[in-house]
Amino acid sequence: MEIETYTLILSALLFAIGTAGVLLRRNAIIMFMCIELMLNSVNLTLVVFSRSLGIEAQVFVFFVMAVAAAEAAVGLAIIIAIFRHYELVDVDRFNLLKW
Amino acid sequence: MIADFFFVLFAVMAIGGATAMVFARNPLASLLYLVMAFFALSGIFVLLDAHFIAAVNLIVYAGAILVLFLFVIMLLNLGRTEKSDLRGPLYRMIGIVIAGAFFGLLLVMLRGGHATSMAGGMGQATIDAMLESQGAVGIVAEPMFRSYLVPFEITSLLLLVAIVGAIVLARRKAP
Repeated sequence: MEIETYTLILSALLFAIGTAGVLLRRNAIIMFMCIELMLNSVNLTLVVFSRSLGIEAQVFVFFVMAVAAAEAAVGLAIIIAIFRHYELVDVDRFNLLKW
Repeated sequence: MIADFFFVLFAVMAIGGATAMVFARNPLASLLYLVMAFFALSGIFVLLDAHFIAAVNLIVYAGAILVLFLFVIMLLNLGRTEKSDLRGPLYRMIGIVIAGAFFGLLLVMLRGGHATSMAGGMGQATIDAMLESQGAVGIVAEPMFRSYLVPFEITSLLLLVAIVGAIVLARRKAP
């Protein structure tokens, strides 16, 4: 087997670890960091497929990075706004919109 | 041979860093483990002949986005936590089962994609020739500024909206 196969397994594993992190942690910032890890594992998959299906896939890596940067900026601003209100970043305690 | 050694090294670093990020008690330690995982991923990008992606991954992801996280953690003074914010044992079991199921699903799907892509693939010789003739930046820039010029320009609009949104959201309300 060649490096592509192992890299695809690695990217699936990193995505699963990111999923587990989002499900297991209560700290909103660490949940965000896990989402960044999931985005980067998708980048890894895109780069692997760019080797065989055309280099255009690497352009999409840049789009993913731009979306990740925008998401991090807005998400962290929301976390700062919530922290000003509640003085904590524990997602279990933000239950005002829960039914 | 040496590429195999570095692949195993970077893969172990990435998986170890990601796992340690999920289970570290201190958010600052969590963040630094994630930086380690992203450095290892950049190494893997180099092994896959995506040199420019590797450099941008280091500069933009590890250098800019994760430092933004670091700023927020320090701004909110979250670096000192006595008790872990991991969820309870029942929730933890359910979460790990869901993540494991997701891993299996992804493996099945990626195996199908891998089989089709290997059938009509370019091969290492083509990639080497393209890197030789256009350079590591050129092979990415050429499709980006020809076929994907409009999406590229829309990305700048997205970033502008994100900047304005972040400032509006994080602004202190006028008394």
